[in-house]
Amino acid sequence: MAELDTSAKDNKPGKGGKKKRKKMSTRVDLTPMVDLGFLLVTFFMLTTTFSKPQTMEINMPVKADPNEKEQTQAVKASKAMTVILGAHNKIYWYEGLEENPQMNVTNFSPKGIRTVLYYKNKTINDLVVLIKSTNDATYDNLVSIFDEMNIIGVKRFALVNLDPKESELIKNLQ
Amino acid sequence: MPKVKIPRKSTLVDMTAMCDVAFLLLTFFMLTTKFKADDAVVVDIPASISDIKIPETDIMTISIDKTGAVFFGVDGKFNREKLLNSIAERYKIQFTPEEIHEFSLISSFGVPIAELKNYLDMSQFERTNLKQKGIPCDSVKNELGDWVILGRIANPNYRIAISADKVVKYPVVKNVMNTLQEKNVNRFNLITTLRAKPDIK
Repeated sequence: MAELDTSAKDNKPGKGGKKKRKKMSTRVDLTPMVDLGFLLVTFFMLTTTFSKPQTMEINMPVKADPNEKEQTQAVKASKAMTVILGAHNKIYWYEGLEENPQMNVTNFSPKGIRTVLYYKNKTINDLVVLIKSTNDATYDNLVSIFDEMNIIGVKRFALVNLDPKESELIKNLQ
Repeated sequence: MPKVKIPRKSTLVDMTAMCDVAFLLLTFFMLTTKFKADDAVVVDIPASISDIKIPETDIMTISIDKTGAVFFGVDGKFNREKLLNSIAERYKIQFTPEEIHEFSLISSFGVPIAELKNYLDMSQFERTNLKQKGIPCDSVKNELGDWVILGRIANPNYRIAISADKVVKYPVVKNVMNTLQEKNVNRFNLITTLRAKPDIK
């Protein structure tokens, strides 16, 4: 009887089967996994170096030999402009290649050397900028002035040694 | 009174989407990350509008820290060994294999050649705490020039990058540039950070 009963129960579609094959949920608690994921994300975000350094290419002239003097003279006075980097982020500049030039003082602000270079570059074809630096100027100044050349689009510029005469002139201005 | 059944809403949220995002980001950062080599020099580099990327390999770096000390480093383990061997030959210094191995692991250093042996014998800890005085590069004693020229012999493809601190005074930079020019290196790169190009009227 009991046997029969059970068999009868088993035969009943649905009810018995449901009880036995209890469907296991396929859902897993993903919270710890997310935690771990974000932990690693944070780690990599903090250790990563996004800004790969940029570089500025500089081509220096071949090292001066004794008869180089003629070459510097080859720069036409009408096309030349001299920019001297001074102490405390100051810039001194003058036009031409005169012996006793009229020195102007300016700075690195957009209204400063950039405006000057902009107009000079516009009015003078093939402008040649001679960059000189006093010993008080910083590397930042040097990079900035090269940068200004790139911003304005001055094609010809060179880093030249400072003349003793010019350093005298600057001293007088201070 | 019959109880009104308010169906309880489950507080469980489906985490799958969040998990997807987390791992997507994780993959991205893992692939783009590049571990920073611990440099002996801390340099605050100036900004410029130049956006040329520095090549990944074959780089010879000359760093100048804010005190004006000059550091030198080349990449590639094998090239470093080669370079040290040629320096040893020129300066008549014997390096032990351990020292050569040690040198091949150092990304940049700033000690005169006479003190190099001592420097290589130090432990990692001592080395980080050492105040390096820089490689001589003035007209009296120009070791930097030798490093550059022998480095170029070790690997002719080396490009030279100068990474100097903003506050370094011009004479130091001039010395380094003159040294490079003397060795007929007339093309070099100044490492800068990118800044936005300003408008010109």
